[in-house]
Amino acid sequence: MSILAVFEQRDGVVNKMAWETLAAALQLGEQLGQPVEAAVAGKGIGGAAQEIAARGASKVYAVEHDLLGQYTPDGQAAALRTLIAKIRPYLVLFPHTYQVRDYAPKLATALNRALVSDVIGHRVEGGKLTLVRQLFQGKVNADVQFAGDAPYFASIQAGAYRADRLPATTGAVEAFAPEIAAGQIRSVPREWFRESQRAVDLTTAEIIVSVGRGIKEAENISIVQKLADVLGAELAASRPICDNGWLPMERQVGSSGQTVAPKMYIAVGISGAIQHLVGMKGSKTIVAINKDANAPIFEVADYGIIGDLFQVVPALVEEIKKAKG
Amino acid sequence: MKIVVCIKQAPARDSLLRINAANSWINEDDIAFEINEPDAYALEEGLRLKEKHGGEVVALCAGPARAAQTIREALAKGADRAIHIEDENLGALDPLAVARLMSSALAAEQPDLVLTGLQSDDLGYGQTGVILAELMSLPHATLIMQVEAEGAGIRVKRELEDGWFQHVEMPLPALLTIQSGIGKLRYATLMGIKKAKTKEIKRLTPSDLGAPGTPSIQVTRVYLPSRTKQAQLFEGPPREVAAKLVEKLKFEARVI
Repeated sequence: MSILAVFEQRDGVVNKMAWETLAAALQLGEQLGQPVEAAVAGKGIGGAAQEIAARGASKVYAVEHDLLGQYTPDGQAAALRTLIAKIRPYLVLFPHTYQVRDYAPKLATALNRALVSDVIGHRVEGGKLTLVRQLFQGKVNADVQFAGDAPYFASIQAGAYRADRLPATTGAVEAFAPEIAAGQIRSVPREWFRESQRAVDLTTAEIIVSVGRGIKEAENISIVQKLADVLGAELAASRPICDNGWLPMERQVGSSGQTVAPKMYIAVGISGAIQHLVGMKGSKTIVAINKDANAPIFEVADYGIIGDLFQVVPALVEEIKKAKG
Repeated sequence: MKIVVCIKQAPARDSLLRINAANSWINEDDIAFEINEPDAYALEEGLRLKEKHGGEVVALCAGPARAAQTIREALAKGADRAIHIEDENLGALDPLAVARLMSSALAAEQPDLVLTGLQSDDLGYGQTGVILAELMSLPHATLIMQVEAEGAGIRVKRELEDGWFQHVEMPLPALLTIQSGIGKLRYATLMGIKKAKTKEIKRLTPSDLGAPGTPSIQVTRVYLPSRTKQAQLFEGPPREVAAKLVEKLKFEARVI
């Protein structure tokens, strides 16, 4: 039995979040008394496997196959399934990336298990493992335990474990040739591409006023625009506002938009789902205005007003005018 | 094209959440429910594909009796009929078990395309679509921003991290999880609301659909997270709290 940290790579370059997964695996390995191994799947991944073996995994399985040259959920799940059947790990951990969301539930289902996705922490009490994950976009936590027999599956949220203290080790690399047939891979992936250059660069803004779902209607955006104007700030938004077409996609801050770190970030009516927080938590001063005192945005804020934005924001505009006056 | 859209009912997004006395779930008594927003985008895409290619849109919903309201709204927006897997305790099941019920409910349907939202706003596992694809032996793709018919199959635009995208081609039948924002959501028309009253809702119970299997994960406790970082919080009359905040921003943080 072992704890298996599954890495993600593209063109032989390891995804950074996977190091945090390895850090989680090493903590769990120590607490549960289990060896920690790692796996990386693809084509031409020998270098990546060596890199992983030098940072704490006792053994790294280099899962290599021509059919894994370009990621497909069918190929990835089939390859890891044959590896898991051979090494029979106790717990399989993944970084909670878009790619993992694409194939890990399929892999777990094929082995008749449910995956605990998006884990933010854990406890081990009397040898029993409890994982912590978030519900309601970070407003509520849940403790989750595995039932039935191993293997167990979980994915780890970005930033939940620290990758900056991984040990320097000399683990072994073992080549593993998975059994995959071309007929198992049903989709044809094409090259990655980016849309045309962004017209708005939020990353150079000194002050950003960002608006979220609390604004309720497109017409109300002007209320927040006034706050941005009086501060000389750029206007930005959380994803739902751009999904609704109330502001252009290029003004979106978060994991699928821009990552910003201005001198001041004012979040108006944004509850603070992790997808938004990762895009702005590096800001120097964070101000949050929200009617829900339990909103996760207050967790990263330096200053906060608990109240109705429709009353607070106009009052704030007046007070700033006075202060600047 | 026969399209099944999986929809879930979830607490309204701006609900103030409280935990129940047993620490097993939130207190549902004083909150409103609506369609899980990502699923609204899946429904929208299903309706657009039907408008373009003809066929039928079937809404599939697993949830308690109150979810009937959300199903009616989907029918009013244009779904042709619905299947409601009705049970008051689906929350006790893990995502694999719920997907098993959905898979058996679809066994007789033979859809060309199954659509789901990318995740639910309540449990947020983000897995139902992918699990369902595996159970139904369908090829799948996730976080889809565009769907085009191409020959006997489809070509989809998949969202990746950091502003990257990718096209993926696959044969039908297939399953897609739809990224929010794929298209502007429509409202139900008065005519749609009227028509919805006569549309078929097939009700199934878990016992109609076979044993869901033993759970492999269990939620043991639900609670509000303890807050670690102490923000300076102000609460009170708007003018007063605004003045206090500006004072702090000017003299403490020195950002204005």
